[in-house]
Amino acid sequence: MSKFSSKGYLDMELLRFTTAGSVDDGKSTLIGRLLYDSKSIFEDQLEAVKRASLRRGTEHLDLALVTDGLRAEREQGITIDVAYRYFATPKRKFIIADTPGHIQYTRNMVTGASTADAAIILIDGRNGVTEQTCRHSYIASLLQIPHVIICVNKMDLVDFAEQRFLKIKEDFTAFSRQLHIPNLTYVPISALHGDNVVEPSVNMPWYEGGTLLQVLETIPVGNDHNMEDGRFPVQYVIRPLSDQFHDYRGYAGRVAGGVFKPGDEVVALPSMFKSKIKTIESYKAQLEKAWAPMSVTFTLDDDIDVSRGDMLVKPDNMPKVTQDLKVMLCWMNEKPLQINGKYAIKHTTRDVRCIIKSVEYKVNVNTLERIKEDGEVGLNDIACITMRTTSPLFIDDYGQNRRTGSMIIIDEATNNTVGVGMVTLNGDF
Amino acid sequence: MNSKYNLTHLEELEFESMYVMREVAAQFERPALLFSGGKDSIVMVHIAMKAFYPGPFPFPLLHIDTGHNFDETIVYRDNLVKKLGATLIVGSVQQSIDQRRVVEEKGATASRNILQTTTLLDTIEQYKFDAAIGGGRRDEEKARAKERFFSHRDEFGQWDPKNQRPELWNIFNGRKNIGEHFRIFPISNWTEMDVWQYILKENIELPELYFTHQREVFNRDGVWLAKYPFMTLKEGEFYETKTVRCRTIGDVSCTGLTLSTANSLEEIIQEIAATRITERGGRADDKRSEAAMEDRKKEGYF
Repeated sequence: MSKFSSKGYLDMELLRFTTAGSVDDGKSTLIGRLLYDSKSIFEDQLEAVKRASLRRGTEHLDLALVTDGLRAEREQGITIDVAYRYFATPKRKFIIADTPGHIQYTRNMVTGASTADAAIILIDGRNGVTEQTCRHSYIASLLQIPHVIICVNKMDLVDFAEQRFLKIKEDFTAFSRQLHIPNLTYVPISALHGDNVVEPSVNMPWYEGGTLLQVLETIPVGNDHNMEDGRFPVQYVIRPLSDQFHDYRGYAGRVAGGVFKPGDEVVALPSMFKSKIKTIESYKAQLEKAWAPMSVTFTLDDDIDVSRGDMLVKPDNMPKVTQDLKVMLCWMNEKPLQINGKYAIKHTTRDVRCIIKSVEYKVNVNTLERIKEDGEVGLNDIACITMRTTSPLFIDDYGQNRRTGSMIIIDEATNNTVGVGMVTLNGDF
Repeated sequence: MNSKYNLTHLEELEFESMYVMREVAAQFERPALLFSGGKDSIVMVHIAMKAFYPGPFPFPLLHIDTGHNFDETIVYRDNLVKKLGATLIVGSVQQSIDQRRVVEEKGATASRNILQTTTLLDTIEQYKFDAAIGGGRRDEEKARAKERFFSHRDEFGQWDPKNQRPELWNIFNGRKNIGEHFRIFPISNWTEMDVWQYILKENIELPELYFTHQREVFNRDGVWLAKYPFMTLKEGEFYETKTVRCRTIGDVSCTGLTLSTANSLEEIIQEIAATRITERGGRADDKRSEAAMEDRKKEGYF
């Protein structure tokens, strides 16, 4: 029998998670194990891994090779860029953002974390909580990943000892109080042998929680989006100008927060014109409501001037409209951030320019210390900065809304994305 | 309170792809949608239709035609174009050969697959397209796993995998200099299974090639290839009639057929759920070397 019943897959949910770790933590082995034990690796892929294992002289099947990507990565035996991988169980479809864990790849970890509903952080059972654990947890907290799963790996190398697991759990729990991690789960595993990854471990009868896959299958999804604050960045105006739809003006976009219904009063930013939602359309259907992250089209009662980059919001719940922002920045380019430098900004569907005013502090991601003396923000640095934009942005605190609280920063000379920012309104990270 | 606001994985994927399509329309002046007649590009057309309804989608379809098509693909393509009133632009590999832009491979295993890159880049230049929307998926191949939704190409059409722009949240940076273009992959996050489930859910019409039929085929290195006038047998190969269907559709010379009796979408989905070989396992174009796809992509392949 197939693992997908013909009705079941129409009800499957989606969970996006990120894994941070280096080769030494067994991250690639863990992903290989998840894919292998959930039967998501195909025979021809497995054959390729077998061939590569033999070529390298590895005795056993090296599951880490499953995650090999680009030529340079194979040659150097490291992960450089974020790779996206997919697997499904009858309950859920999973998207893994597989990121390298070394400090020089902080930007890649941040990238992988930006779309994740959950993060897996690997701790080597022999080493316990290290600087690297600190870094990975800080990034998960900074990017506001709602669920963090601490996998204490290599339990086979510490005799599957419960004491060791509890000690690491205690250490991390103490450390994590400095961070903002809403949901934390601990799983003792051995990725190499498969203990508690997909199959329960016979070596750790003392562990009563679920396997990693069970945890991934049961983490609540769907409540990670903001359902309170109505935010609809207008992405594209649909004007067919056909005989049938002669006067039609539809505002297409993806709901970034809250729930909208036909009849709701809305305010268009920045014009402040008011109207009511006439219809919410999804292709030929008219919907009773729309919520994040649905892509829909609104029509309004009145013919007000609304275009791309504007935002429809609820009159009793407005985002902050401002040109002066404080953001947590992750810098992603070799050329350092220029104080007083001008950059292009993309925020929701809105394009503006900005000038960088000041660096408040930098964060040492290994110790969480704030550095105030050093204003130079280079590649992979995380800093709190202030900026002023050429025209107002409609923002929420990143902690309230990941969509209206995030932005990318672009070098106008090269057009490259050189940094990313998370808006902070409610104090510091 | 939020449980009633859950979405299924197919809904989430569709909303994401619609969002990407609309970003393309908003950020670029002359986009085009690459249409091969395969299921992935058919799904993209369907999503584009939904994203801009009740208006037409604001870009033409662009078919890079190797001249080695299955007849059914062209019939399907022309019907679809007529039904939607869409604009179709064809870039012809035969024309690139006639103009001596490329030289045809020789021998029995010759394929026009790699020649498509030149035709594609020439056509993009000729029509001044600044964005080409493609149906590439990250689950297809290891080099594709690192691909962005908005993938920047320099003035030579090249992809630099080690120097890609960071891509975070759902904010896409389509800024570029004159002469450069973007490849856009709206269904990056879909798997083969997602595509089939979506086709079933949306009741999308497909070329008959995807369903079981009798066909004259021959076996080359374990792969079943179709009999066509431009295919040549090697010594020891012979034609036989088999019950087959296509799992992917590309150029005849590199599309392996699957022995199958699946005659409906439900049966196809059951077959794929049970199969243990990847979709591209039957694609001769990927078997040329371990980094075959990465190398072709760097040059400007789809």
